[in-house]
Amino acid sequence: MDSNFPELIESREIRGTIDDGFNWVVIEFGEALEIAFLPVLRFLNSIENALLWLPWYLVVLLLALFAYQATRSAKFAGGTIVMLFLTGLFGMWEPAMATIALMLVATLLAVIVGIPLGIAMSRSNVFQGILTPVLDIMQTLPIFVYLIPFVMLFGPGKIPALLATIVFAVPPVIRLTNLGIRQVDREVMEAVVAFGATPRQRLFSVQIPLALPTIMAGINQTTMMSLSMVVIASMIGAGGLGYQVLQGIQRLEVSRGLLAGIAIVFLAVIFDRVAQAYGRKMQQHLHLQK
Amino acid sequence: MSETPSKISVKEIYKIFGPDPASVLERVRAGASKSEILNETGHTVGLRDVSLEIRPGETFVIMGLSGSGKSTLIRHFNLLIEPTAGHILVDGHDVVDMGTEELRDLRRHRMSMVFQRFALLPHKTVLENAVYGLKVAGIDKSEAEQRAREQIELVGLGGFENQYPSQLSGGMQQRVGLARALATQSEILLMDEAFSALDPLIRNDMQGQLLELQQTLHKTIVFITHDLDEALRLGDHIAILKDGALSQVGTAEEILMDPADDYVARFVRDVNRSRVITVGSIVSESRALRLSEVNPQSVAAGMEETGQRAIYVVDEDNRPIGAADEQVFTRVDGSSPVRPEHLHEPATVTTDMVIEEMLPTMATRDYPLAVVDHDGRFLGTVSRRDTVSELVPRATEPEAAMAEAGAPGGR
Ligand SMILES: Nc1ncnc2c1ncn2[C@@H]1O[C@H](COP(=O)(O)OP(=O)(O)OP(=O)(O)O)[C@@H](O)[C@H]1O
Ligand SMILES: [Mg+2]
Repeated sequence: MDSNFPELIESREIRGTIDDGFNWVVIEFGEALEIAFLPVLRFLNSIENALLWLPWYLVVLLLALFAYQATRSAKFAGGTIVMLFLTGLFGMWEPAMATIALMLVATLLAVIVGIPLGIAMSRSNVFQGILTPVLDIMQTLPIFVYLIPFVMLFGPGKIPALLATIVFAVPPVIRLTNLGIRQVDREVMEAVVAFGATPRQRLFSVQIPLALPTIMAGINQTTMMSLSMVVIASMIGAGGLGYQVLQGIQRLEVSRGLLAGIAIVFLAVIFDRVAQAYGRKMQQHLHLQK
Repeated sequence: MSETPSKISVKEIYKIFGPDPASVLERVRAGASKSEILNETGHTVGLRDVSLEIRPGETFVIMGLSGSGKSTLIRHFNLLIEPTAGHILVDGHDVVDMGTEELRDLRRHRMSMVFQRFALLPHKTVLENAVYGLKVAGIDKSEAEQRAREQIELVGLGGFENQYPSQLSGGMQQRVGLARALATQSEILLMDEAFSALDPLIRNDMQGQLLELQQTLHKTIVFITHDLDEALRLGDHIAILKDGALSQVGTAEEILMDPADDYVARFVRDVNRSRVITVGSIVSESRALRLSEVNPQSVAAGMEETGQRAIYVVDEDNRPIGAADEQVFTRVDGSSPVRPEHLHEPATVTTDMVIEEMLPTMATRDYPLAVVDHDGRFLGTVSRRDTVSELVPRATEPEAAMAEAGAPGGR
């Protein structure tokens, strides 16, 4: 019985080649890349520092106002205050601010990269055909796989954590931008073409506005995914709440892990509700509902 | 008329929907039916060998049952759909060969379209919708808005400028679509069932407005409708489509008087023929007498010859001066000559009147009407019998014919 799969090719050799190739890239470009991403790192740090520099009650108040502005629900704004207050009480204030900063920057960059890709995808069936399987793979790969190449390139730190988060979180915004634009009523698009609109005019006057609610849903998913990735990315030196969980595991401190976990849930609840409310508002604002 | 160059000229276009239209084109050309092609190749035949000539300033109506290809055809005119084969010439230029710029210019300035399902921009107000075509064309904002407001006023939506389409009824949305198309002031209007969503009153109103507009602007209008009465009211020419192929093209009257096939005949069966058929097409040429020729023998002979109850008398210019029958001679004393005042008053109608317009005159006379041309010269007569038999096509029962004729102008 052949219980072992026959070694038809020298898989070790192939892996070796890949690793060598990658190492070469690291040696050749590692430093250049690090320099290239320095502005991003500065941006991230300044946001984190700003959140930590502000008095904690002001941050709580600002986030509560933000929550109220989005949802128009005093109850939820109150809930936001309580949740953030509890986070502070648990001793998780600093890691929570680090996590929020990383998540916001990652989401922002994912949106900046994702929307143009989604638009490009909506315009070309060929590009859609190429990108769709890539996105599928990106979404099925285990989270940890993302960490490896970035750590190799940059060493542990915030930049690889940020990049891994962006790569992990970007698929929904790409997909849903594409979907939103493709879903715009065919006859409406025909009308726009019939009046002689250029592709650019079509995009900005009709396609993007009408796709916005769908794009917002994508941004919402991206936000949630980047939050979950930020936690994992703590393993490679991003700090934040994830790092607290990690320490809880390493030191077998159940309480630390638990409290950090609860703080993560709080953040997830707040940002999820806010993003959803924005999506609904957008839809009403556009008069897309009767 | 035939010398005026066509505004839009459609030359043998074929449109086949499906993954590989070119591969089935030859079979379609060879005459394979729509269902055959669909079953065997999975392609849908949208249009089959359609050729049309649309003259400048006319309203050209396209009719046909649902799925017959009307929307497909009209979408070829501004190349929203590209033909599988064939050409569409607008002012002599082939739309199919146009470059991006030229095509865009055509769509912005020379052709605008009203859509069957409105196709308004849901996130824009009525005013923003109406202004869209002008904005796209880069017209100065204040001028564009002013033009758009005028059109909104014209279609009766003044006061609704800041509403959104979702806040309007279907008929109102349709009028926004119309305002949007009119605002660009293109010389060609493509209207895909533009009035179908309107209630009868507004619809009637809009038809009236369109006719009025036509008298001053002389746009070339391609108009799709399901409603035959609408087609007859608006259309200078009517094309009837069946399964993507033309069944017949002609004036309303030509189609009514001489339907090309059963499909067309069924289409026009319920139409109010008295509003379409003109006197000119039912006139029977008959001889008229000069005043000097009028005597009992000649009148009797003329009446017998024509089978009618009077015979017309004309002057030297061939203009009717009266009608003569036996009664005339009772008014003449002895053998003195017949004078015009002895005759029955002439009842004249012109060739371009439709039957409906002629009926009141006919109702008050018990002798035939004289048909004259524009200069008032005698051409022939129309009798009640001819009129009734024309209004009731293929009616075999004389009683039925009489009953129909008893309600002139009825629907
Ligand atoms: N994009 C398309 N793909 C495949 N088939 C199509 C497409 N557009 C139209 N057809 C087919 O072409 C035929 C004609 O459709 P079209 O919309 O022109 O009909 P219509 O005469 O406008 O009907 P209606 O009166 O219902 O509007 C139909 O059989 C339809 O299924
Ligand atoms: Mg249609």
